[in-house]
Amino acid sequence: MHDLKEVQKKIYPPMVEGKHTFATVSDEIGDITLKKKTPFHWFIGFGIAFLIAQALLMTITYLLAKGIGIWGNNQPIGWAFDIINFVWWIGIGHAGTLISAILLLLNQKWRTSINRFAEAMTLFAVACAGMFPLLHTGRPWLAYWMLPYPNVMGMWQNFRSPLMWDVFAVSTYATVSALFWYVGLIPDLATLRDRAKNPFFKFVYGLLSMGWRGSARHWHRYEIAYLILAGLSTPLVLSVHSIVSFDFSVSQLPGWHATIFPPYFVAGAIFAGFAMVLILCIPLRHWYKMQDFITKTHLIYMGKVMLATGLIVVYGYFMEAFFGWYSENQYESYMIQNRIWTGPYWFMYWLLIFCNGISIQFLWFKRFRESEFWLFVISVIVSVGMWLERFVIIVTSLHRDFLPANWAMYSPTMFDWSMFLGTIGFFFTLIYLFVRFLPIISIFEVRTLLPDAHVEDHGHAHEHVGDEATA
Amino acid sequence: MDKKLYGLMAEFDTTTEVVKAAEQVRDAGYKKTDAFSPFPIHEMDEALGIKRSILSFLIFGGGITGLLTGLALVFWTHTIEYPIMVAGRPHFSFPAFIPPIYELTILFSAFTAVFGMLLLNGLPQPYHPVFNVPRFNLAMREKFFLLIESADEKFDYEETKKFMESLNPQEVHDVEE
Repeated sequence: MHDLKEVQKKIYPPMVEGKHTFATVSDEIGDITLKKKTPFHWFIGFGIAFLIAQALLMTITYLLAKGIGIWGNNQPIGWAFDIINFVWWIGIGHAGTLISAILLLLNQKWRTSINRFAEAMTLFAVACAGMFPLLHTGRPWLAYWMLPYPNVMGMWQNFRSPLMWDVFAVSTYATVSALFWYVGLIPDLATLRDRAKNPFFKFVYGLLSMGWRGSARHWHRYEIAYLILAGLSTPLVLSVHSIVSFDFSVSQLPGWHATIFPPYFVAGAIFAGFAMVLILCIPLRHWYKMQDFITKTHLIYMGKVMLATGLIVVYGYFMEAFFGWYSENQYESYMIQNRIWTGPYWFMYWLLIFCNGISIQFLWFKRFRESEFWLFVISVIVSVGMWLERFVIIVTSLHRDFLPANWAMYSPTMFDWSMFLGTIGFFFTLIYLFVRFLPIISIFEVRTLLPDAHVEDHGHAHEHVGDEATA
Repeated sequence: MDKKLYGLMAEFDTTTEVVKAAEQVRDAGYKKTDAFSPFPIHEMDEALGIKRSILSFLIFGGGITGLLTGLALVFWTHTIEYPIMVAGRPHFSFPAFIPPIYELTILFSAFTAVFGMLLLNGLPQPYHPVFNVPRFNLAMREKFFLLIESADEKFDYEETKKFMESLNPQEVHDVEE
């Protein structure tokens, strides 16, 4: 029996380390928000992020005054940074939904300590993503023309267009992610309400928690709603990135017109998203001493997910090259040749292969998976790689299409860069505010991971040794 | 007592204790009861005799509404109000219409899930008598509470209090209206 327990512990390591009770869990996570003193590094980090976010504001101001001519994209490269960054950001968001919804349905208990800030990451990433197509319309104040409503122009949308699908997919995604996140927050906001000393915060948390009192009847409906939301988010997240990939694959352009795009994009999104979750949670667990809740095991699992999705993405790269050759279509094969070795952007392609294909191979080894430093480094490389992937797909397909007379080169302008970096600043500004004002780990869900949460003497409770640990 | 009594509330330390106590309360025939815990306890549904909520059916209805709305929107737009000929395909080219219909189905279901849950739970409800018990601010931290409302048919202050004390709680609190 003892041996069995040892083995089980090895297979299902505990998801909460150290000796914790309901009270200590509540206090340790809640106090990050409620403790009076904000750590000094928070001000530094927030200050830097907020400063960078100003670049976004200034760029948008200038953009609205001058028009999108300030960007580097022009025919034939009609889409460049605006769509690269849109896809990059929205892909990052997808890991949050994967963690909160898909892993919930798969009963992966390790999601519990990371789902809250992964969902926050989703929301903020979608906010950054949404800005790009909106501003690329040129006249964003008329963006509501994309919504179906009876108007004096007597015109209606074309629902066959992938760009209209995007409007529906992304706005639904943003809405459902926000709902899911908020529903998850309600019980924790009630915890903060009950513990807050400052009357102003007590009032605000009270308002937001809507009078949640932990009633068994409420929990019953709450769990139904939460589970169904997870069930709805799962096909939603897959559909959103599939639809994003339709923006490309429904067109006729070589390099875009491929059936592999939806799964390849979805895997890439989760890959990039897990890299971002690791980038965020490795420093967070140190700064806020959350090692008991975000354990090494969590990081190792995330490393494994990154490796698995990364390999799917690499398979996508192989398939793209294979299509180019096997299609025996001169435009397809020229595209892939141009992309990989004869074209002017070949180094981007090989940089991408290094970042997404080669760097992740280290994750096969325990030494790298268990090292926070290497996980962090690989995550940063993967984030860069996923951005390069979109650059390669978009720019190398567009810049040399069917007619050589149409060929051109693309280079981003200062405003392309300032807008992209600005959204990174904006994203981290929001993350910093979130870390300061809301519980970064789902308190009520972590409580359920504790052995005390299980009711004894209900027949099967004792037989499931692994139950309390994880599984 | 100058204030009206809402009910009696017993406080417990562990999950197991509160579930066992809830079973005894149910077996004693109390109907207007409730339990409060800092996280969902699945055994509590049976212990308190909570019936399965209609919420899932409402969400299904929401999803169907979304589906029909999406279908009606694209059908009406593309065949009646504003037909556009694209590449010689039929006006009602269904495969291309799946994404908006699908997204609207999910959107409507999600709205029903969240607002249905809040509505059925009677939230937002800033004031509730249980908040009058000073110890109740531990309900969302670590403690478990079991409530019998004074509106229950079987409720009798002395007797119910004695019964609740027999459940071996930490303390029994009066809940004032």
